[in-house]
Amino acid sequence: MYAWIFRNLPGPLWLRIFEALILIAAIVLLLMMYVFPWLNQYISPFTDSTIGQSTP
Amino acid sequence: MNRSATAQGRRMQHRRPSAGNRIAGFFGELLITLGILLMLYVVWELWWTNIDSAQAQKEVTANLVQELGEVVVPEGNEEEEEKDYGPAPVTELAPGETFGIMYFPRFGASGSHHPVTYGVEDHVIDNLGIGYYPTTQQPGELGNFAVAAHRQTHGQVFWDIDKLQDGDKIYLQTAQGYYTYTWYATEIVAPSNGDVLLPTPHQWGVEPTKSILTMTTCHPKYSTQQRMIAYSELTDWRPLDAGPPKEIRDMVIDATS
Repeated sequence: MYAWIFRNLPGPLWLRIFEALILIAAIVLLLMMYVFPWLNQYISPFTDSTIGQSTP
Repeated sequence: MNRSATAQGRRMQHRRPSAGNRIAGFFGELLITLGILLMLYVVWELWWTNIDSAQAQKEVTANLVQELGEVVVPEGNEEEEEKDYGPAPVTELAPGETFGIMYFPRFGASGSHHPVTYGVEDHVIDNLGIGYYPTTQQPGELGNFAVAAHRQTHGQVFWDIDKLQDGDKIYLQTAQGYYTYTWYATEIVAPSNGDVLLPTPHQWGVEPTKSILTMTTCHPKYSTQQRMIAYSELTDWRPLDAGPPKEIRDMVIDATS
């Protein structure tokens, strides 16, 4: 899967390495800024600091 | 031309992986991806949330500071410092508003401060520092002014709550002035133990005789198994135009400038 993506990136080797890094950075940012905050509503290991309330 | 031809030739020599191999390889990559995703989630929870929370707290603090106006720092003499300004007035709280800043000289290397917002919903506690339990009393009222904040992640506001010791003060700055609370006890209870939020903690139907501040947070660190509860009593109050108490003067100037 990853080998296939890398092979299909355009350009010479150095450019493909650069493109791969950009892709990785973009995916990590997407996860950190949007996916994980959204996911956190459903699985929140530490977000419960309140007491005696019926809501989590 | 020649080079690409040889490269292609080399590839041809490679034996094509069998279907089973390719499925196993794909499955393996999937597992590696899952592992990396889980690690990234932990990084987000333990580190990134603190950055997000710090940013959001900074913004609401700046807004509040604008409402409170310029901090007055009088050229006070000692007499002025010791002056008793009488009983503390009540700060009336309205849903949704960020109404105060709390100062903790004991927390961190050189003290910390965080905004206090009405409500203990996730969006308050996760982003805005300290949340106020709407079912409890208001600052200055007889009874229990109770707040919650995270022990870890999302700003880890109450990380050092177990460090509070005799004589430690916690300060609350609102539109009504500076409330000084003095810590007197900490306990660990079950998460379901809502009695700690009663006007007189753990005692149903008992008329409160003093104003206290109750801070609730997670315990132990990196878990939500129990709650750590720290109690402080309102021991002093001074109006905004008398200037901040001298113990936190630098912190207030730092927080509001």
